[in-house]
Amino acid sequence: MTNEVKIKIKTTDLNAWFCDKQALFNINMDIYEKKVTAIIGPSGCGKSTFIRNLNRMHETVQGARAEGSVLLDGRDIFEKKFDAVTLRREVGMVFQKATPFPTMTVYDNVAAGIKLYGRIGKEKLDEIVEKSLKQSALWNEVKDVLHKPGTSLSGGQQQRLCIARALAVNPKILLLDEPCSALDPISTGKIEELIHELKEDYTIVIVTHNMQQAARVADYTAFFLLGALIEFDVTSKIFTNPSDKRTEDYVTGRFG
Amino acid sequence: MWGRIEMKKGDAWFKAVTFGFALSIPFLLLILILILLIQSWSSISHFGFGFIFGNVWDPLADKFSALPFIYGTLVSSLIALAIAVPLGMGCAIYLSEISHSKVKEYIAVMVELLAAIPSVVYGLWGIFVLGPWLTRVIPGMKYGSCLLTGGVILAIMILPTITAISREVFQAVPNSLRESALALGATRWETFRLAVFGPALSGIVGAIILGLGRALGETMAVTMVIGNRPEISASLFEPSYTLASVIANEFAEATSSLNLSALIELALILLVLTIIVNGIARLLVWKTTLKYNPN
Repeated sequence: MTNEVKIKIKTTDLNAWFCDKQALFNINMDIYEKKVTAIIGPSGCGKSTFIRNLNRMHETVQGARAEGSVLLDGRDIFEKKFDAVTLRREVGMVFQKATPFPTMTVYDNVAAGIKLYGRIGKEKLDEIVEKSLKQSALWNEVKDVLHKPGTSLSGGQQQRLCIARALAVNPKILLLDEPCSALDPISTGKIEELIHELKEDYTIVIVTHNMQQAARVADYTAFFLLGALIEFDVTSKIFTNPSDKRTEDYVTGRFG
Repeated sequence: MWGRIEMKKGDAWFKAVTFGFALSIPFLLLILILILLIQSWSSISHFGFGFIFGNVWDPLADKFSALPFIYGTLVSSLIALAIAVPLGMGCAIYLSEISHSKVKEYIAVMVELLAAIPSVVYGLWGIFVLGPWLTRVIPGMKYGSCLLTGGVILAIMILPTITAISREVFQAVPNSLRESALALGATRWETFRLAVFGPALSGIVGAIILGLGRALGETMAVTMVIGNRPEISASLFEPSYTLASVIANEFAEATSSLNLSALIELALILLVLTIIVNGIARLLVWKTTLKYNPN
């Protein structure tokens, strides 16, 4: 790889637990700026737990804790004085199930995050909502139904609405936790296209069950197994010439 | 293969018997309303609509009307809501959204226990502790037994209802919504406001109305502390009377048949009032929980 890629997030000896059960074991991994990094692996391998540590969502679960360090632009986000709320404004997240706020309109869903950060003029807000919806390739489909409930959209549209909602607060990093697993192939295609466009401006980490998806969208791929990072490399290398036997078994469909 | 499942003879009996039991409940309700109607008929035909809007309750002159009691019932219940809603909601938010510790289990049990205290015990406490205390701390309050004391007692009695049901409604809101709000950089309060309050709103209203329903019908404790004087006064510090209390107090001593019939008409009014209030409340709670737990 060229030298110009910059490390955005660096995890060092990251361990995570749910109560007594350890979910992650000594993860040392770099995530590069403005690249797409895919996390693959069988169910229960710690993929989601890993990315939920990158915005400290892990700790919101009862009994969950983590150790080690996660450096974001060189600053340790696990430090006491690092505010999780501020962190999450910089590291946006989209979940497996589309979760528009059910009592809010399309417009209000996108505006929800921005409104948290203080008073903002109507025009400025309109502008941000439109920009975010355009970025998430949803604007043309919803510009006439902005004031209808967010839940009235189709599943794929709802998921892009959630992406727009995350983009509206202007994060640097987007964490996507199996964003397509509940979507049909056409909606999945749209979101993958979107990921391609978004990596111009954002660092993206995507957890996926679907290896073809990782191969299509990711610059780098990490393979997790039983809470450990088995292999991390350029995507093409992982899928064509992995160094570890277990990675090879997984990507060729021998298990998982 | 997947057609009707053949019923054994025993099963058919089982079905018939349980169906009969289940049917007995709406049947009882119907009979109850019917009997109240029949028994109160002489009062209904004698006073007409004037019964509801009249201001006089004079058993010696055989003149009866319901307004003072309706007033006392509604105002004492509204005082109860004004106190119990903020308290109960705060408690429910803490139990459902904030606390992760063991403490919340204990508090939840205590709240349930509050509901188990017999109402006559609340009444005694109201007479000997709450009333005198209120007259001491509130200047201008002369009598320990008055509308305000009744309202406060009711507030304590409906607190468990409002707390427990609000908590249930909050917990019905899926966690994924909370996570979405947190991931946007919302604080806990903002997460509640954004992701929980809106979806839970109709259920919360249901919880409040259910509390109201309980307050409207509560008899013993209120009778003991409200002062039992059938007058409408703008002051909360004056004695008042409720529908339930007057029925309980005067039933045994009703001198004329018209008096008895008037009391039964009061009971009918109370019954209709509480059925409507409870029906609305159940509907709202049911709608919220159904929306998020379709099973």
